Amino acid sequence: MSKPVSLSLPAPRRRLISLPRLPLTSAIALVVLVLIIGMAIFAPWVANHDPVALAPAFRLKPASAEFWLGTDAYGRDLFSRIVYGARISLTVGVGVTVMSILIGLPLGLMAGYFQGLDALLMRVMDGLMAIPGILLAIAIVSLSSAGIWTVMIAIMVPEIPQVVRLVRARVLSTREEPYVEAAVLMGTSTLKILTRHLMPNTLAPLIVQGTYICASAILTEAILSFLGAGIGTEIPTWGNIISEGRVYFQLKPSLVLWAGLALSLCILSINLLGDAARDALDPRMKKRGAA
Amino acid sequence: MLGYFLRRVLAAIPVMLVVALFVFLLLRLSPGDPAAIIAGDMASPEQLAAIRESLGLNQPLYRQFFVWIWQLLQGDFSTSLMAHTPVLNMIGQRLEPTLSLALVSIVFTILISVPLGVLAAWKHGSWIDNLVMSTSVLGFSIPVFVIGYVLITVFALELKWLPVQGFRSISDGLGPFAQRIVLPALTLSSVYVALVARMTRASMLEVLGEDYIRTARAKGLAEGHVLFRHALRNAMIPILTVIGTGFALMISGVVVTESVFNIPGLGRLIVDAVLARDYPVIQGMILLTSGVYVVINLLIDLSYAISDPRIRY
Repeated sequence: MSKPVSLSLPAPRRRLISLPRLPLTSAIALVVLVLIIGMAIFAPWVANHDPVALAPAFRLKPASAEFWLGTDAYGRDLFSRIVYGARISLTVGVGVTVMSILIGLPLGLMAGYFQGLDALLMRVMDGLMAIPGILLAIAIVSLSSAGIWTVMIAIMVPEIPQVVRLVRARVLSTREEPYVEAAVLMGTSTLKILTRHLMPNTLAPLIVQGTYICASAILTEAILSFLGAGIGTEIPTWGNIISEGRVYFQLKPSLVLWAGLALSLCILSINLLGDAARDALDPRMKKRGAA
Repeated sequence: MLGYFLRRVLAAIPVMLVVALFVFLLLRLSPGDPAAIIAGDMASPEQLAAIRESLGLNQPLYRQFFVWIWQLLQGDFSTSLMAHTPVLNMIGQRLEPTLSLALVSIVFTILISVPLGVLAAWKHGSWIDNLVMSTSVLGFSIPVFVIGYVLITVFALELKWLPVQGFRSISDGLGPFAQRIVLPALTLSSVYVALVARMTRASMLEVLGEDYIRTARAKGLAEGHVLFRHALRNAMIPILTVIGTGFALMISGVVVTESVFNIPGLGRLIVDAVLARDYPVIQGMILLTSGVYVVINLLIDLSYAISDPRIRY
């Protein structure tokens, strides 16, 4: 035997996201998203025109110092409409994400933990997942008035099964862990096991899934508006702008393309941040990244 | 194998029942009179009363459900309010354009995305991987209708290589059919390519980290052999699954693509039905697409046994 091996190791540093190593694309995505959020919050100060005031005298004007992106067929300033449209898109994106997690998380926890409930709940979720989300959303909107709440609920319903399945799968794999068994044997209450031992393990994948739900909700809202089954046309949304602009597409493509660009950039930056979060939160991905 | 097949078919029945229950409750629980929704805005009081009678709205809810299911099982999907023809006939007339579009898109998707995904996983972290991944994020993020309009602008309006819009049946000849299907199919496959390429890459990365891959490389097998025979075969299950679950994505793509390219298929049918509040058609379309989704995923489950010999029932 040679000299004794020292067993004192440096304490591992736990950091969820190592900021200095944030990839360039994620940094750009973050900046773009912050700009869009700022644009939405401060819309009355960013926009230089009333987004809904009709001005037939200024129909289809080209871009100028007065109208930065030109005007639409009703003489409304396109730039101001796109600025205000960000409000709807972000509200729908965040609202749908929060609501679907608030409903899906407890359902998934219970499905993963109580086997009797699991069979029933997962059949319901299978059925819900079998209905193409856009058709379900269209059907829900077509049955009631097309307000922002209807649209958000219509987009949320098809997202819930995704959350439930994700949480359930995570619970199923962690409930067999020794520390959960130990907690059960110690007589820890079921509620505490669910919230303190099982739920924290679901949060990392939920954060990643949440970004994808947000991006998908923004996209679905735009599709609904584009098809004429979305929020009423009196409210400027990116989907409504594109839907109205497509009539004049061959005459003035910018009516479709600017709103399309805003929509694409918004969804793109959320997706990129979701990917960055996934890489940062999933140790297996990180290990491979280093290899 | 036969026993497994039967079990899977039986398991699809409760799923379809849940779908039917949901479609049923959607109409019954929505604010307003279901008869008025079914009848549309132009109905007379007599028509309303007749519809109430045929729906059995004065009966208890569970009886209404079973009566409705019984009608569906007999092939009675009710009659369209716009066209006054049975819903199933309308769906049948619109089937061909949508099927052509979907099949061509799936072929495009597999031809483009699987090689890209394998390449990205193989060259993990390289510029090829970054390019494939960022392109796929783009495909995921740019809405289908924006891609459609950009393709129309470039290839139809500027270069004038292809017609702007429309559809020709394959029975009118391959040339006219192909000319009009290329742009819509590319548009439709854009999001699907992104999804399948990402899943192929992720699944391949998972498998390439396995010990048996290291063993295969260590014993000196050719890299192509390792990639396609050892890795891709084992990575196929998530890829097949995503092609199946991505069917829902394809439906939404079909609806939008057919609107952009003015294709008289099922997607246009449902949009027209929604704008006209033609509820029997909406109902029939949801039941039909959900049924197709269930069948596709059933077939994919069964194909697992072929792509992965470890799965035996």
